[in-house]
Amino acid sequence: MEFLRPATWDEALAAKAEHPSALPIAGGTDVMVELNFDRRRPSALLDLNRVGELTKWESGRFEGQEGEVIRLGAAVPYARITRELSAQLPGLALAADTVGSPQIRNRGSVGGNLGAASPAGDAHPALLAAGRDVLVEAQSVRGTRLIPIDAFYVGVKRHSLEADELIRAVRIPVADGPQQFSKIGTRNAMVIAVCAFAVALHPKNGTVGTGIGSAAPTPRRAAEAEEFIAGELAERGLWQSGALIGPAATRRFGELVAAAASPIDDVRGTAAYRRHALAVMARRTLTWTWDAYTHSLRSAA
Amino acid sequence: MSPIRTEKNLQSITTAHPDGVGGSPLRPDGILKVRGEFAYSSDLWHEDMLWGMALRSPHAHARILSIDTTGALTLPGVHAVMTHEDVPGAKFYGLEIHDQPALAFGKVRFQGEPVAIVAADHPETARRALDRIKVEYEVLPTLTTEEQCLHPETYGYVHEPHEYKADASGNVVHEQKVVSGLGVTDEVRATADVVVTGDYEVGMQDQAFLGPESGLAVPAEDGGIDLFVATQWLHVDREQIAPVLGLPEYKVRLTLAGVGGAFGGREDLSMQIHACLLAQRTGRPVKIVYSREESFFGHVHRHPARLSYEHGATRDGRLVYCEARIVLDGGAYASSSPAVVGNAASLGIGPYEVPNVNMLALALYSNNPSCGAMRGFGAVQACFAYETQMDKLAAALDMDPVELRRLNAVSQGSVMPTGQEIDAPAPVAELLRRVKARPLPPALDLTDLDLRDLPGALSNTSHGEGIVRGVGYAVGIKNVGFSEGFDDYSTARVRLEVIGGEPVAMVHTAMAEVGQGGVTVQGQIVRTELGVERVTIHPADTEVGSAGSTSASRQTYMTGGAVKLAAEAVRNELLALGRRRYGWTWNDLSLVGGKVVSASAGPLVPIADLLGDSAIDVTREHHHRPTVAFDKETGQGSGHVQYCFCAHRAVVDVDVELGLVKVVELAAVQDVGRAINPLSVVGQIQGGATQGLGLAVMEEIVVKDGKVLNPSFTDYLIPTILDTPPQPVEVLELADEHAPYGLRGVGEAPTLSSTPAVVAAIRQATGLALNRVPVRPEHLTGTGG
Ligand SMILES: Cc1cc2nc3c(=O)[nH]c(=O)nc-3n(C[C@H](O)[C@H](O)[C@H](O)COP(=O)(O)OP(=O)(O)OC[C@H]3O[C@@H](n4cnc5c(N)ncnc54)[C@H](O)[C@@H]3O)c2cc1C
Repeated sequence: MEFLRPATWDEALAAKAEHPSALPIAGGTDVMVELNFDRRRPSALLDLNRVGELTKWESGRFEGQEGEVIRLGAAVPYARITRELSAQLPGLALAADTVGSPQIRNRGSVGGNLGAASPAGDAHPALLAAGRDVLVEAQSVRGTRLIPIDAFYVGVKRHSLEADELIRAVRIPVADGPQQFSKIGTRNAMVIAVCAFAVALHPKNGTVGTGIGSAAPTPRRAAEAEEFIAGELAERGLWQSGALIGPAATRRFGELVAAAASPIDDVRGTAAYRRHALAVMARRTLTWTWDAYTHSLRSAA
Repeated sequence: MSPIRTEKNLQSITTAHPDGVGGSPLRPDGILKVRGEFAYSSDLWHEDMLWGMALRSPHAHARILSIDTTGALTLPGVHAVMTHEDVPGAKFYGLEIHDQPALAFGKVRFQGEPVAIVAADHPETARRALDRIKVEYEVLPTLTTEEQCLHPETYGYVHEPHEYKADASGNVVHEQKVVSGLGVTDEVRATADVVVTGDYEVGMQDQAFLGPESGLAVPAEDGGIDLFVATQWLHVDREQIAPVLGLPEYKVRLTLAGVGGAFGGREDLSMQIHACLLAQRTGRPVKIVYSREESFFGHVHRHPARLSYEHGATRDGRLVYCEARIVLDGGAYASSSPAVVGNAASLGIGPYEVPNVNMLALALYSNNPSCGAMRGFGAVQACFAYETQMDKLAAALDMDPVELRRLNAVSQGSVMPTGQEIDAPAPVAELLRRVKARPLPPALDLTDLDLRDLPGALSNTSHGEGIVRGVGYAVGIKNVGFSEGFDDYSTARVRLEVIGGEPVAMVHTAMAEVGQGGVTVQGQIVRTELGVERVTIHPADTEVGSAGSTSASRQTYMTGGAVKLAAEAVRNELLALGRRRYGWTWNDLSLVGGKVVSASAGPLVPIADLLGDSAIDVTREHHHRPTVAFDKETGQGSGHVQYCFCAHRAVVDVDVELGLVKVVELAAVQDVGRAINPLSVVGQIQGGATQGLGLAVMEEIVVKDGKVLNPSFTDYLIPTILDTPPQPVEVLELADEHAPYGLRGVGEAPTLSSTPAVVAAIRQATGLALNRVPVRPEHLTGTGG
């Protein structure tokens, strides 16, 4: 096995172009498990750890995205996301805090989570909920492609990167409202999601974002649930009044989230449980975000 | 009742020597382990060594039609490829019944059964060599359920009748009945006012030790083998290895390598024979280290069990009878199933006086993974069932569940269903009283929320919604030492000599230190008995007699007892020397602070002066009092050496909507006879209870049609620190006059009671029946599973 260690991003892109089958390695928390368990024997490893800009983030305005955006370097570890970005990206920061153990959070990254594209990856629901204009910045020697998050996941552990592409960063709009992330595991830490759910309120454009993890072949959003609740909020003037959403609409939201999933029975949980838990998480997280929203309305008034 | 030591004052126990018996000196291996510097068996290294690896069956049941090793043999870097045809000696081995092939032939009977082994100069080469071995299988239908196993005429055999070696028949490895009083007849039933019944199930738990199976076999000049290995019992390994190698036992010498946990999972052989065979074949040292995944296939697990219980009681809560049937799935090979059955049958009624008993316990052969020893050994499964029954009975009688247990609890002088009298303290009612009397932890404070305190913790599933608290109690009974007539003696050699002007004692035993702190205890005993400061512990090996197994809560009792005997003999010799030399006539002599001291006349002479250049070197065997086999039909017989008891109270918070559980507190009260090392005692109780907690809410090897679905720590979950609650421990010391220092084995009893206590608490919070462990979120939310 060859071990490629580019010192710069350009060298990395060149190496990937030259060795399209080389497996990128960032934090290594997925790659090393695959190697150790003998699930993967790549011809070459492409080590991205010397490429400094991958572990940086910046905020600014970017074409095609409204408002302020965080451009999150692919290899920024989860621990730093929780520490440095919980105000700007609260949903992702909450998700980051549920990943593995402290050791894993010190190494693992959103770029790696996207690269693995596991339906159980915890970053995905938060990215989906953050908005349809979340963009994965894919680069190759041929140039840059901005892949909308909804188009990124194409199958079980499959994404839409080309063989010569690497993820440079993810562009995520700064939260304009409360966000939540919730994950089920059968123990209280260090657990792969049985299922997960993220919700984000977007008062600026009157939408609600959602993301479902570990309950379908790919991470996915609950589009009907999003439309339903956005409709409720708009029709009943709740964005302005900040009044309670109420149990009926909250319950319906939960049902629609559960219906959006297509879970399976596996060793981690049954399909029935996953649906059930998604509905509960959806109700609870919607309530928490709405409470926070109304609280902010009131304190702004 | 003798003084009670609670956690708080454990530190202040005073003894003649602060690091002697009753003290809590630092473990000699502690700092190294915490720093990551301790050398485990997987760290072994030898110049010139080769790497061994096993090819395992992908099928749970198949006929082997052919094995073609050519592709592997021709791979550069491969030094040997061996199949059953290359085994020079006995083809089978086993702990109690020699029914397991060193390398499979004819058939494979469980997924992961070793079929061929290779030695290569690099682990990657060995792995590639395995890929090149072609095995042709004819896949056979599996026997995996009780129904299938008990009807061989329909479903066939795991071991064909002509090859069957156990003493039962069909697909049964072993069976034990226990009948006492009048048994359970219609007349007996008629005398009960209240009857409760239940069917229970216990999933397959894994020992989940962190150090995978590993060792290094080095061929010796005399044609023998020196094996360095992580194991629980050096001598019984050797007994099984030597015949397979075609060597006399003395040519197979074992030395204990650093053990990364055991919990019963290292009682059976794993890589030992394979490494030795390859070393013998190649003439080179061979190292084998299992990967984590291989480890799940490379050792036996806790028997999954199905249990049916019926209890009858009078209206005022007195137990009248108990009828029980315990079916343990032993998997493909016998391992220690017979002894596990013996325990389940003889301890399966629990620490209760029940006048009429009819118990049947049996272990099956199946094509599931082999099961054998794990902490609690047959008593764990039963405890979950009988303690659930006690709660059911209390509910039926509208009685307090702790009071019901206290009313029926055994005590010193009680007679077990086997007819054995408990002739040592058995403070079961007192343990229960104390654990119940403990203050409860404060209620959840939702105004000052720390997510880590909630079910789901940082996964952020609840901010207080859906959470209900429950409290549950349980108590258990476990035996200490090997039972049923087995003489599991221990040997210890103690040598006293002067080094650098100071008396130094050396202890040499074959005891496997697997993390229990046995080496600490040995030092404490020698310091107490010989009054010396410096004690060195010789590496454990087979150059000294057997120490028996590090299991059955027995090593402090048995090898500790042997060390005590040997140290006493050394002391007697030393004092005899003094008497001869100085004509002492006092008979109040002892060894304290490096001196011979007379209670009446004060210090007489430094040990170093008395001993001079000579050394006293004594070896002693310690045998526990004899036990007898249980009668096959009635189970009668004084089969156990000692009993131990632990009571637990669990407090849990359950998110009843999501089915997530957070154990808030797990309080224990246990009688240990005498706490030789109080800190280790508390550690054993907390560790044992945590393993029981794991069984209650998460730990299970999930097997479908004989295939393991979760052979990794990604999906075989063990408790993390956020799952492990504060565990206040009260230790009682009611001496057992039959045991050295009056001590009682500690390590297993807490593993029994914590599981049913946690589940009882979950039941109280949810109102659900919960007849199976581990309890899954599905069970709590009615969503299958
Ligand atoms: C003990 C343990 C616990 C875990 N717990 C969780 C958990 O709770 N939740 C969770 O979501 N995950 C968990 N994981 C999985 C893993 O930590 C995450 O998926 C993490 O995000 C991977 O990031 P990484 O930087 O380590 O990726 P790596 O392992 O380095 O790479 C992962 C994949 O992404 C590719 N890749 C990496 N960087 C790039 C890039 N810049 N461009 C293109 N492809 C790239 C790699 O080739 C590989 O296919 C756990 C892993 C372990 C070992």
